[in-house]
Amino acid sequence: MLGKNLKQLSEALNKKEISSAELTQFYLDRIAKYDGEIRAYNYVNPNVLDQAKAVDAKRAKGEALPAYAGIPMALKDLIIQKDMPATCSSRILEGFVPPFQGTAAGLLEDAGFLCLGKLSMDEFAMGSSNETAYYKQTRNPWDTAKVPGGSSGGSAASVAAGLTTFALGSDTGGSIRQPASLCGIVGMKPTYGRVSRFGLIAFASSLDQIGPMTSSIYDNAAVLSVIGRYDKKDSTCFNTPEADYTKYLTGDVKGMKIGVPKEYFAEGITQEVRDAVNGAIKAYEAMGCEIVEISMPHTEYAVATYYILATAEASSNLGRYDGIRFGYRAEADNLKDMYYKTRSEGFGDEVKRRIMLGTYVLSAGYYDAYYIKAQKVRTLIKQDFVQAFEKVDAIICPTSPTTAFKAGEKMNDPLQMYLSDINTISLNLYGGCGLSMPCGFDKDGMPIGVQLLGKYFDEGRLYNLAYAYEQQAKLPVMPEKLK
Amino acid sequence: MSETVSKQDVMHIATLARLQFDDETAERFKNDLNNILGYIDKLNELNTDNIEPTSHALDVYTVTRPDKAAASLSNEDALKNSASTENGCFRVPKVIE
Amino acid sequence: MMSYEPVIGLEVHVQMSTDSKIFCTCSNKFGSDPNTNVCPVCLGMPGVLPVLNEKVVDFTVKAGLALNCQIRNKSVFARKNYFYPDLPKAYQISQYELPICEHGHIDIELEDGTTKRIGITRIHIEEDAGKLNHEADASLVDLNRTGTPLMEIVSEPDLRSAEEAKAYLQKLKTILEYVEVSDCNMEEGSMRCDANVSIRPDSNAPFGTRAEIKNVNSFRNVERAIKYEQKRQEKVLKEGGKIVQETRLFNADTGVTASMRGKEDAHDYRYFPDPDLVPVVLENKFIDDIKAWMPELPDAKRERFMKEYALSAIDAEFLVSVKAYAEYFESAVKAHNNPKGICNWIMGELMRRLNEKQCAINEAGIAPENLAEVVKLIDEGKISGNIAKQVFDESAETGRKPANIVAEKGLVQNSNEDELEAIVKQVLEANPAEAERYKNGEQKLQGFFMGQIMKASKGKANPGVVAPLLKKLTS
Repeated sequence: MLGKNLKQLSEALNKKEISSAELTQFYLDRIAKYDGEIRAYNYVNPNVLDQAKAVDAKRAKGEALPAYAGIPMALKDLIIQKDMPATCSSRILEGFVPPFQGTAAGLLEDAGFLCLGKLSMDEFAMGSSNETAYYKQTRNPWDTAKVPGGSSGGSAASVAAGLTTFALGSDTGGSIRQPASLCGIVGMKPTYGRVSRFGLIAFASSLDQIGPMTSSIYDNAAVLSVIGRYDKKDSTCFNTPEADYTKYLTGDVKGMKIGVPKEYFAEGITQEVRDAVNGAIKAYEAMGCEIVEISMPHTEYAVATYYILATAEASSNLGRYDGIRFGYRAEADNLKDMYYKTRSEGFGDEVKRRIMLGTYVLSAGYYDAYYIKAQKVRTLIKQDFVQAFEKVDAIICPTSPTTAFKAGEKMNDPLQMYLSDINTISLNLYGGCGLSMPCGFDKDGMPIGVQLLGKYFDEGRLYNLAYAYEQQAKLPVMPEKLK
Repeated sequence: MSETVSKQDVMHIATLARLQFDDETAERFKNDLNNILGYIDKLNELNTDNIEPTSHALDVYTVTRPDKAAASLSNEDALKNSASTENGCFRVPKVIE
Repeated sequence: MMSYEPVIGLEVHVQMSTDSKIFCTCSNKFGSDPNTNVCPVCLGMPGVLPVLNEKVVDFTVKAGLALNCQIRNKSVFARKNYFYPDLPKAYQISQYELPICEHGHIDIELEDGTTKRIGITRIHIEEDAGKLNHEADASLVDLNRTGTPLMEIVSEPDLRSAEEAKAYLQKLKTILEYVEVSDCNMEEGSMRCDANVSIRPDSNAPFGTRAEIKNVNSFRNVERAIKYEQKRQEKVLKEGGKIVQETRLFNADTGVTASMRGKEDAHDYRYFPDPDLVPVVLENKFIDDIKAWMPELPDAKRERFMKEYALSAIDAEFLVSVKAYAEYFESAVKAHNNPKGICNWIMGELMRRLNEKQCAINEAGIAPENLAEVVKLIDEGKISGNIAKQVFDESAETGRKPANIVAEKGLVQNSNEDELEAIVKQVLEANPAEAERYKNGEQKLQGFFMGQIMKASKGKANPGVVAPLLKKLTS
């Protein structure tokens, strides 16, 4: 069953070559077998097998079923699935079970998908290694001494280890693309406004976006076709026509212009990563693409800009965790103590650090110097992209400067950890779409990812470019030992 | 490196954010914040005098919904995630200013 | 002894009378069981997003135009961050740097008959918070009110007395009722007021340090709170003290304001534009459409009533003070063209009834046409003033036409001299002693006899006919 894409799975189910219960049991078995070491799942849905059986029963009766009826998948644990715990891998959301359905989960449900469970992540999506998770610090399936990346580390690892068909992640500054790169899978951050944020627990509202994490370009395009719908519950959702992105996968990329921004190959990028990405660039050239060197001069300011804007928004977004209406509450005999204790005990250090930074940059006397300044630099970074896309159809660059690093290696230096997102962060500030896919391995056999960046709502073109490369590179997307 | 944030600042910000730190952690956070703010100072290399700030990636305006009431949650569903409730309300320890 | 001049600015929070809340589809009704008009959005659950109620924009623009404001083509929502259990998200969605309306004014009428212009700094949209009920060892949080749409109307510090402040509030209430954006019920909390009060030695001195008085919830309390605060500040200054800039809470039971200490972060709300909401951009066409919709406002209506119906300023002011009164009046005048008479009956009998029944004018039971008919019956000499009150009451109770009541009960006034002379004679004979004293010049007995005659005629005697008859028969 591993290696089948969603279309093939759907056909197998329809032809009754396999039942939904069998498919679901297959993944439950794999979770039981491998997740003790990978530690990707915060929660496994105890009802999923029954739900699968119910789909089989309907299929047996010949009822009309949605396209993906009975196919299991999993969600990053900040995506709301009604009546299923949502923790953001934080103690402060201990026990929280949302009484409402999120839009993305609802669209998947409408398409027939079953939810296997909720996947670990960095606490509140704040981290690049999954090490800030309170419950389970996920490890990289290619080498479990190493991190899977983050913050969607559980999503990336579960896909790479074959513990789900695909997963949804979320990307605020690279949280889909970086772990996809480190785990050797495909991750798409759609254009801001493409996928509804209703039901996405907020980190930084002006940057957050849900996206698919899959083992193939086809699956990624298929899943985005399901969740990339306009939603009236999200005021920042953009009203674009519905699209089937799998229709873009022609493999014909001749004549496309691909920009190579020199700033994305700056110091800190390892030679192995450079070589692998250059290999991908050569492959595109060979397929008839025109490779153009471009410059995006404000790239070096992106990390600083991001850490002001994202933490400011986060400091406000995370105010609601006060122990009153949901989640963890510390015992205290007066309200003031309850606030301090609940929040101090409920949040981990990285979250606190970002709340502190965000509170500081918004506080009286510093707002203009930090927040407004960062918003202005964001404008400059956006302009870099707008100008680049006047010249090229897409941008190519490394996703992460390095392959997966050892757990514990960067945890004591927050700034170094932040700088590992240097190639992914700018895109969120601009708001366009971006995809990471495997392009090789380092000498230790760890995956290397290449990133394609596109303009607003140009996911179709990115998918086709990625598909063309995938079809000819034919790289393994799962460690041999887990097959 | 010059110290942008003092320990007293750390305590003040913590109060605004309803967080509390022991002495040692406050010291650590002070150093972390100063490191990050030192890096952030990079932005001052850029002249942004005539640049408009960006709040949203895309220019979307005036998104509204019709004034139509729909069903709310039941009181039970509204309260079921709370650690402490009483008489249909969320219960909190007494407020002392 | 030195006297001080108070300088007052008001921040008035007005709940808008929409069907649903400002950012979610929960009902906006008042008085439900605790936490039953709540949903994930207004409870501030993780993963939810606000979507603006279109009527909130509509209502605020209506209010802005009625208060002579400039309407911004682009306004932005901001988050005001602070922690309190009645504020689920730990931020209130409000407007800060770019409010929807600015630079307005209204004219208030002063006791000496002059008018004074009070500046309106801004009107912005925000969401209301929930309610906290304090018990002995805990507080209970009800979030039904969370997300009720509010407009905050901020005045310039142009008010110079508690009376002016009250007049301003009343005028504001009248205007907002005219444009149908709020029921402005202070007792139910749909109109709440914070007062910024400072004092200074004379009207040329710079403004003093101000205190913000919160929690003022009736017109009378606005006056009381300001007067108390004025005296308190005078006392502080006279004793050589200094006024501290602070927030003070008014206690309606004791009439005293007290400092709210301990809100250590009250002055650092860390406002920033809400990334979950997009700017509100209003096309000129939208604003023009609302302008075209705008009803005649109280000032214009008063002028017209004085001109068109020859009413006094006092009468006109009374009628326009409540939109429903003015509408009632004009409907009644349409049915019977005696504006002054109808105005008197509205101000007299109808108001008496509203007070008695504690009801609104449309709930009083008497349609404007029926009140007009009562006045018409008087004007035609068909009934006396006394009978008219009886007919009015009966019509109000039963909803029947006054003319029918009069006809059926035979209440038509008696002006027949022969019949009335017989009654007068009969009364004089029945009261010989009083008749004698009256003849001897005891004029005050006239009232007694008129009363007896009315009684004997079952109230139907036309007093205009009876009076000369009484005189004739006793001279």
